[in-house]
Amino acid sequence: MSDEQPAITLYRLQACPYCERVVRTLDEQGLAYQSRFVEPMHSDRNVVKRVSGKRSVPAIVDDNTGVTMSESANIVEYLENTYGEGA
Amino acid sequence: MPEFDVVSLPDHDAPSVGDTAPDFTRPLVNAEFWEDASLSDLTDDGPVLLVFHTMTGAFPATYVWNELRDRGVPEDVQTVGVSISSPYEHKSFLEERGVDARLFSDPAAGVAADYDLEHDLDGMAGVTEHRPAVFLLDEDRTVLYRWVADEWPDFPDYEDIADALADL
Repeated sequence: MSDEQPAITLYRLQACPYCERVVRTLDEQGLAYQSRFVEPMHSDRNVVKRVSGKRSVPAIVDDNTGVTMSESANIVEYLENTYGEGA
Repeated sequence: MPEFDVVSLPDHDAPSVGDTAPDFTRPLVNAEFWEDASLSDLTDDGPVLLVFHTMTGAFPATYVWNELRDRGVPEDVQTVGVSISSPYEHKSFLEERGVDARLFSDPAAGVAADYDLEHDLDGMAGVTEHRPAVFLLDEDRTVLYRWVADEWPDFPDYEDIADALADL
C-alpha cells in the first residue's frame, strides 16, 4: 500500500477539528499524505516539537517544497496557494 | 509445571517455514506516534521478527516483551509486535516497559484471521485476539523460523529465537 511514501506528512490528533479541517483541504486538492497520530497530552508530543518547533497540531511537513508549518488556518492557506487552482 | 493439564489450543494452518507470510497494513506504533505501515515496508529494510501476542495488560504480553528487551533482541533485528490493543495502549506499554520496538494495532484481529491464528477468548464475549506466535521473516517475507502457542498460556523458546537470529 505505502510503497511510495507521500511527500506530505500530517501530524494530527484523533478527532481534532483543526486537523480535520486540514484533511478536508488536502482531500479537496487531491493531495496524498501520510498521517502520523500523536497523543492528546502536549507533553507527549516531542516529535511534533522536533519537526515544527511547537507541540501544536495539526502540523505538516511538505517534502515537495521543504515547508514545515503549524496552525490550521496557515496550513489551509499554504495548501491552497501552493496547490490550488490559482497556484 | 502445574499438576494438571494446561488448556490446549486447536490445530492451526499458520504460515510454516518456507512459506511467504501474508502482507498487511495497520497502524504501527512507536514511542512517539503511529502511522499506517505495511509488513512489506519493514521487510524491504531487512529481516523482521514478527511477534503475535495478547492484548497489552495481560501478563503474557509483558513477559514476552520483557524477555525480548532483556535479551537485546530489538537491537539485533527489526522486532515488531501485533495485538488487538489500541495505539494508545501500545504507546503506553512501550514507554512503561522501556521496550525499543514497534507494535502494530489490529483491534479487529484481521491479521490473526489472515494467519489462521485467531484466539476467541473464553469469558470475554466478542473478543478475538492473536494466538501467541513468533515468525522470523527475510526480505521477501519468507518464514525462516516459526513458533506457535500450543497451550494457553504458552511461551516461545528464546534460545531457539536466538539460534534463528544467529543464522541470519
